[in-house]
Amino acid sequence: MRQLEFVVARLLKVVLVMFGIVVLNFFLVRLAPGDPATVLAGEAGAVDPQFMSEVRARYGLDRPIHEQLAIYVRRVATLDFGESYRIQRPAMDLIAERLPATLLLSLSAFVFAMAAGVALGVLAARRVGRWQDMAISVTALVFFAMPLFWVGLMAILLFSVQLGWLPAYGLETVGGGFSGLRRAFDIAAHLVLPATTLGLFYVAIYVRMTRASVLEVSRLDFVRTARAKGIREPRIWRRHILKNALLPVITLASLQAGSLVGGAVVTETVFAWPGVGRLAFEALGQRDYNLLLAIFAVTSAVVLLFNLVADIVYSLVDPRIEARA
Amino acid sequence: MKDLLAWSRHHWALLLGGGMLAVLAALTLAAPALYPEDPLSMVGPPDVRPFDEGFLFGTDSLGRDVAAGILHGARTSLLLGLVSTACSVLLGTGVGAVAGYFAGRVDDVLMRLTEFFQTIPSFMLALVLVAVLSPSIWTIVLAIAVVSWPPVARLVRAEFLSLRSRDFVKAAVVGGHPTHVIILRHILPNALTPIIVTGSLMVASAILLESALSFLGLGDRNNITWGFMIGAGRSMIRQAWWLSAIPGLAIFYTVLALNLLGQGLADLLNPLLARTRRA
Repeated sequence: MRQLEFVVARLLKVVLVMFGIVVLNFFLVRLAPGDPATVLAGEAGAVDPQFMSEVRARYGLDRPIHEQLAIYVRRVATLDFGESYRIQRPAMDLIAERLPATLLLSLSAFVFAMAAGVALGVLAARRVGRWQDMAISVTALVFFAMPLFWVGLMAILLFSVQLGWLPAYGLETVGGGFSGLRRAFDIAAHLVLPATTLGLFYVAIYVRMTRASVLEVSRLDFVRTARAKGIREPRIWRRHILKNALLPVITLASLQAGSLVGGAVVTETVFAWPGVGRLAFEALGQRDYNLLLAIFAVTSAVVLLFNLVADIVYSLVDPRIEARA
Repeated sequence: MKDLLAWSRHHWALLLGGGMLAVLAALTLAAPALYPEDPLSMVGPPDVRPFDEGFLFGTDSLGRDVAAGILHGARTSLLLGLVSTACSVLLGTGVGAVAGYFAGRVDDVLMRLTEFFQTIPSFMLALVLVAVLSPSIWTIVLAIAVVSWPPVARLVRAEFLSLRSRDFVKAAVVGGHPTHVIILRHILPNALTPIIVTGSLMVASAILLESALSFLGLGDRNNITWGFMIGAGRSMIRQAWWLSAIPGLAIFYTVLALNLLGQGLADLLNPLLARTRRA
């Protein structure tokens, strides 16, 4: 019963946050230079007052602000974010086309960051104070201080330009005409540099989190008790320390996944990866504010959903996480 | 002497970070004297490689001196990092102090607001804010402040929640001091240490955030920045690697120095925590 309450409370919260984002978006649209009428009129090449007031009436822009907000919320609830000002197509369609590429990139980067971060963090904690710990901690410090886009550019310079090992741009070879397994390999080869670049910064974060968490747990009384009982060291690490130390790391890491989206904008721009982030960059260049704000809302929604799923999964795994939503 | 040696071995991060920053600050202050020309103006032949023809870091395709850009860009980066962090620390401290001191309903509302800002993807929000409000130094400061205050608010709230029930605060309340005096004069000074530590680490992330924004073309056009230099040199990466490599090293140096300093400050001001972390 507790679990159900927790899930419902969390769902409610997601809906509330999403509502907040939509309201925020509504006011940001209005802050953008030029109201939609001016933009549309400019596009149509007709800036006479008659036409402008017609457009305003058609989009409800002549009504009081709270009515406009209600209209906007109702439209967004049906996933209607209006049209992109530049490309005369629904913003939602443009985003939906690009979403799979971004999910592929972000998830690969996340899995890489988790695997490498946790493995290296545990290694550093087990060899605390020795050279392995020093090497890992210093490397984490170094990557933590590098701008993502710069790491990407340097990776292109080294692995594509100098060594010629990996493709630098795009999701697959243009005009390659591959299908099936060969196409999958082609995409995988294109994925290596952007996913590693995006992941490295988070590897640095997860290493520090894991190391701290493992060190903290390994000093607790029940670990000493386990040792006193004569349980062998590998078993203590597996069953007592890691099990307890890694759960909070995984929870925290999943909650941080939201910032991967921000990293994706920069990474996709550097590697010409045809995802939502690249779309946001294009929208920026073309001052396509409506599209940009739609991207903001949709990516926020995706992040919220991921956090929700992560929360629910961990509430099932760890009985200590109770209805604190 | 021996003590000093032991102390500096213990606080190497603080000394190294502080030293690196001092060098950078000195170079920044010397920039107008070393490179009196506008860093955006042509001063030499195009595409000079580093160390050639008297240009330490070479020139770009318009013949602009990269070294001049690095030094002048340092001022923008450091100032933006400091000012935006100051703004978000003020905002976060305000929210956290009010939430923690008054607790109850007020706390609930403010903490939900904080959580809201922590849940939405912060870089996207910063990007949208700067784009919509059109890029300038002040919109960038605003955007960075808006996305970075929540951790400070949570931290300050926790401090206030635990401090508000201490005897000295009760004494101040009984003594009839007005609320703002109790918050500012009695509680806040006791919560200052974690705020300073967090703040110093936030300057580093503010600089990273600003560089990413200007890399995407959302920088202030009137001032040269490192992120802008990388963005501009990007298309030339095959022919002129130094145009994007060198400004990135400058960002790396600065952020590393600030992180070391922040870590060092944390160890210095909170020895207990540092000891448990090291052991």
